[in-house]
Amino acid sequence: MQTIAPGADSSHVSKYATRALQHRRHQLIIVSCVAALMACVPLVITDIYAQNILVLTLLYVSLSQSWNILGGYCGQISLGHAVYFGIGAYSTVIFYMVGGVIPWIGMFCGAALAGCVALALGYFCFRLAGHYYTIATIVVAEAALVLFLNWEWAGAALGLQVPFGSDSWKTLQFGRSKLPYYYFVLALALSTWLVTWLIEGARWGYWWRAVKDDAEAAGSLGVSIFRSKMAASAISAFFTAIGGGFYALFVSYIDPQSVFGFQISLLIALPAVLGGIGTLWGPAVGAILLIPIGEATRSYVGGSGTGTHLIVYGTLVMIVALLRPQGLVSLFGPMRFFKTQKQ
Amino acid sequence: MTFEAVLQVLLSGLLMGLIYALMAAGLSLIFGLMDVVNFAHGEFLMVAMYLMFGLTLVTGLDPLVLTPIVVVCMFLFGAGVYLGIIRFVMRAKANQGMVQVFVTFGLGLVLMGLAQSFFSPDYRSIGDTWVGGKSVSLFGIYLPLPQVVGALVSIVAFLVIWLAINRTDFGKALEATREDAGAVSLVGIDKNRVFALGWGYGSALVGLAGSIIAIFFYIYPSVGASFILIAFVTVALGGFRSVYGALAAGIIVGLVEASTAILLTPALKSLGVYAVYLAVVVFRPRGLFGSI
Repeated sequence: MQTIAPGADSSHVSKYATRALQHRRHQLIIVSCVAALMACVPLVITDIYAQNILVLTLLYVSLSQSWNILGGYCGQISLGHAVYFGIGAYSTVIFYMVGGVIPWIGMFCGAALAGCVALALGYFCFRLAGHYYTIATIVVAEAALVLFLNWEWAGAALGLQVPFGSDSWKTLQFGRSKLPYYYFVLALALSTWLVTWLIEGARWGYWWRAVKDDAEAAGSLGVSIFRSKMAASAISAFFTAIGGGFYALFVSYIDPQSVFGFQISLLIALPAVLGGIGTLWGPAVGAILLIPIGEATRSYVGGSGTGTHLIVYGTLVMIVALLRPQGLVSLFGPMRFFKTQKQ
Repeated sequence: MTFEAVLQVLLSGLLMGLIYALMAAGLSLIFGLMDVVNFAHGEFLMVAMYLMFGLTLVTGLDPLVLTPIVVVCMFLFGAGVYLGIIRFVMRAKANQGMVQVFVTFGLGLVLMGLAQSFFSPDYRSIGDTWVGGKSVSLFGIYLPLPQVVGALVSIVAFLVIWLAINRTDFGKALEATREDAGAVSLVGIDKNRVFALGWGYGSALVGLAGSIIAIFFYIYPSVGASFILIAFVTVALGGFRSVYGALAAGIIVGLVEASTAILLTPALKSLGVYAVYLAVVVFRPRGLFGSI
């Protein structure tokens, strides 16, 4: 950590700033190349099953990136993001079924609702720090699950079926082709990446990382800890809920266990942890590794009943957390530049 | 509602509460000692239950006879987990809090996965036992015998914990290490040994709870997940550093759960507990009996 004394040689500072700017521009170039590449992937991989896995992988890239905004940049480890995912999924479906609102709008209503819920929950839960906060998030998600399991109007334990219609971009329903879903979720993953990129360079991003590294020190320098956490939480919830809404349309059937269940919270957090929390590329690297492995063990080793995917997930997380707490992206040289947790 | 019915609800809540307290005591002990929340605690309970299930199948003896064996095995298991894994977590230089959460969490996933691949996700239960399925009647109130035994075991266990902490050298070393883990090495206490023993005793306690719960509850790979949240809530409600706080909080949780089941519907019983937990931590983040 360098301190910049007043009157010190400013050329060093400006050199640092120029390198930072240059680095951020490079990231944009890299992401455009990756996006172009990803857009071509379904032209090569035409198998429906493989495309299904691609869609899920990109969905978790986006979800985990949203989690990363709160967990990675602001340091608040949430294991209850299923709340926002579920709110997004249920809002999209209920708005469509009851009000006839097209999913494009319903999704954003759900996301806005999730953002408000995040603020309300944050108002209470951010009195807790560290492990205490993590436990509270698990409890909140479990409470939401129990509520929806017993809420008759919202389908209770049976869940809701999205009414079938003809293929159209308006309702985001496509019976046979996976391609439209693929491009939608690719755009979603890119948007969350871009938002994270913007945050990383903005004043907020610096505040949040300060809160994560040392909340007391950040507070003494005038950073509002509480507001930082609230803002990070709301943005994180917003994008998680959009992912939830997309999921509901993609599988066209939701029930409380599949959208509010603990395994969703887990699958949202794990990719970021594996890839590297608080990094731009960590969630993507983690999801690309984790989701296909999970699907592969499920289909080749014989169903989720054998528990092989749990053993694989658990071992990976333990090994990475013990040996590389900074995540897998820290293995690549140039991305080390902006690492904040290096001591 | 008659007086008997109210008493019935409160007493069965009290019995379950004592068992919850026993389940949470180990979690609280380990946290108080070294500031580590064991997110695999529920899976430790599951391991103990499967151990009991396996032992009854192999030996054909009653679970109450086999309980000491399970407790000793869980002690060794807990100490082994500390020496094999947690010791290295404590050495992590960056992001220690996150490393703790995800390493213990990953361990829990592995244990759950292993249980699924060895025993399949089927629900199992231990057949005829001395106390299973029986109940005692007391002034017209019927109480399930396994829960009564569990509650008594829990009370005895807390007495032993109290004696161990206040009357033995290990208890003094434990308290000293809890106060200042750095300074104890200056007076010749091996910090690592105390931590390993702490993990051992914490797991032994959850082993005891698992042995009792196995008598009256189904055994399946994710059974830990059904209880872990109650354990977390109990510990957070009582205050993370206070083992006795866990006892009081366990009783509160049991009573709240039983009354919610009666006042609303049984399906919502956990909701009452979560609501009480959230209400308490909002106004008193360190829990009812916790100190900073």
